[in-house]
Amino acid sequence: MFYREAGQFKATYAEDNQIFPIRQDRIGITLILLLAFLVIPLSASPYIFSAILIPFLIFSLAALGLNILTGYAGQLSLGTAAFMAVGAFASYNFMLRLEGIPVLLAFALSGCCAAAVGIVFGLPSLRIRGFYLAASTLATQFFIVWCLTKIGWFTNYSSSGVITAQQIVIFGYAFDTPAAKYLFVLSVVSIMALLAKNMVRSNTGRSWMAIRDMDMAAEVIGFRPMRTKLLAFAVSSFYCGVAGALYAYAYLGTVEPEGFSLEMSFRILFMVIIGGIGSILGSFLGSAFIVLLPTLLNVLFHFLETELHVELPSGISSSVELMVFGALIIFFLIVEPHGLARLWQIGKEKLRLWPFPH
Amino acid sequence: MAQRQSGDVILDLQKISLHFGGVKALTDISFDVREHEIRAIIGPNGAGKSSMLNVINGVYHPQEGTIVFRGKPRHEMDTYQAAKAGIARTFQNIALFKGMSVLDNIMTGRNLKIRSNFLLDAIYWGPAQREEIEHRRKVEEIIDFLEIQHIRKTPVGRLPYGFQKRVELGRALAAEPSILLLDEPMAGMNVEEKQDMCRFILDVNDQFGTTIVLIEHDMGVVMDISDRVVVLDYGKKIGDGTPDEIRNNQDVINAYLGVAH
Repeated sequence: MFYREAGQFKATYAEDNQIFPIRQDRIGITLILLLAFLVIPLSASPYIFSAILIPFLIFSLAALGLNILTGYAGQLSLGTAAFMAVGAFASYNFMLRLEGIPVLLAFALSGCCAAAVGIVFGLPSLRIRGFYLAASTLATQFFIVWCLTKIGWFTNYSSSGVITAQQIVIFGYAFDTPAAKYLFVLSVVSIMALLAKNMVRSNTGRSWMAIRDMDMAAEVIGFRPMRTKLLAFAVSSFYCGVAGALYAYAYLGTVEPEGFSLEMSFRILFMVIIGGIGSILGSFLGSAFIVLLPTLLNVLFHFLETELHVELPSGISSSVELMVFGALIIFFLIVEPHGLARLWQIGKEKLRLWPFPH
Repeated sequence: MAQRQSGDVILDLQKISLHFGGVKALTDISFDVREHEIRAIIGPNGAGKSSMLNVINGVYHPQEGTIVFRGKPRHEMDTYQAAKAGIARTFQNIALFKGMSVLDNIMTGRNLKIRSNFLLDAIYWGPAQREEIEHRRKVEEIIDFLEIQHIRKTPVGRLPYGFQKRVELGRALAAEPSILLLDEPMAGMNVEEKQDMCRFILDVNDQFGTTIVLIEHDMGVVMDISDRVVVLDYGKKIGDGTPDEIRNNQDVINAYLGVAH
């Protein structure tokens, strides 16, 4: 009843091509952005910032990067965490070795480093696809972590391999409180999400989807598979690289190469699957879901133990978490391969008619 | 059918031979296509018709022979060069981008005319948007022409077969090709859909002056709309000429009806 586009006419193609063609959606996204930029920074506690909101945003960005590659361009990759590691360690080295380099420039350059690595490890995609490609991207995962561990230069010869991220300082302002870091991450993620949306709704995105859906036909109408696939690898790795830099600088503060493990790559892949393959919104939903689930389970078990006095074995929450993940992945792959984003879309279609039957 | 005015030879295939290992798909085939004509390729199953189209637009590379396109001889085409030179095609089994809307599918047909790159696309407002709108205008003309306005935002995977065939034609037309290769555009259609498709093909030929090479099994259609017909059988050319000549060609009759030994 309230969610209906009746009476909203589009008179120009520019209006028809908007990101949110329906007025209610535009109002909704404005409210969400106002909430995220103004209300939350003033009201949330430091714990919420550093344990929930910042990792949620950072993993959204990484999932968005993987979604560009896997969801839009159809190239399965298991090397996400490796590209994040490249981003984190590259920005550490840029800030360490180039005196006075602006933080944002260092992040952008580290994204470019990740993109370069992505292009190199994307080369096999020109000959192989599907599972075989996924297996070859595993090489990225092991090779990068090995490099960062074995070559001391990358970690500035730290004996334990752990690096401590420098402070984020922009125009003399140090982003050192959780709220400030949150705002920094939120700004970067919002802008990059907007850029990604713009790419996927114009010719670049169409070239990726064409290659994904029918590479033969795409070639015949003039898309060049090599260029298109490598561009997808580059852009995707750029996003993952920046996410990795944020992970080190705004979330953990200290990172080691082993932190960017295969398990993290899988976690990000799960976000994409549960959130929605080939959807920008899905990357955010999936990340929110996977970041929040452990917290929710913890709260639930804590409640069971303290309030209802149920005897639970220690560490049950992390075991249940794995079981719930596993079950959900299977559920989504079978029932709704397009994930939460598709459920949201179905909900919106139903809402257009509600409360009338048709 | 009134004889249309056909122009000079635009595409000349000389002694094309193509084999996959020991299997000879095409043997020593020569024929030409004149500007503005409708040229049909017919033949029994497995005669090499689709292989012939694949040679013309560079999907297959023939082992022998020369392809002269617009006066420029080549040993083989490659898909990108062919698309760039104005050769568009549709496929026997619909090869649309299933996850995309009708509009986006037809927009992909214009990709060679879009100069924007991924950085401009990412910024969007400015040159990329201007180009999107400019090409959208052209795509809408094609949508009007094919009478598919009502489904422009529908994902193509949800469309019925006949519409999918039409969208695929639209995607090929979006490139404003000089030669359009149609691989069985009417396969699996009912009479009304065939009539619509024939009308579109004739209109394309008439209004846009597009040269058309088509493969089709429906002899009624072929004899009605084509200017010249080439007949293949077992990878060899057995007939070439106007529909009337083909109808009376003994080799063609033998190939289609079989011959007593």
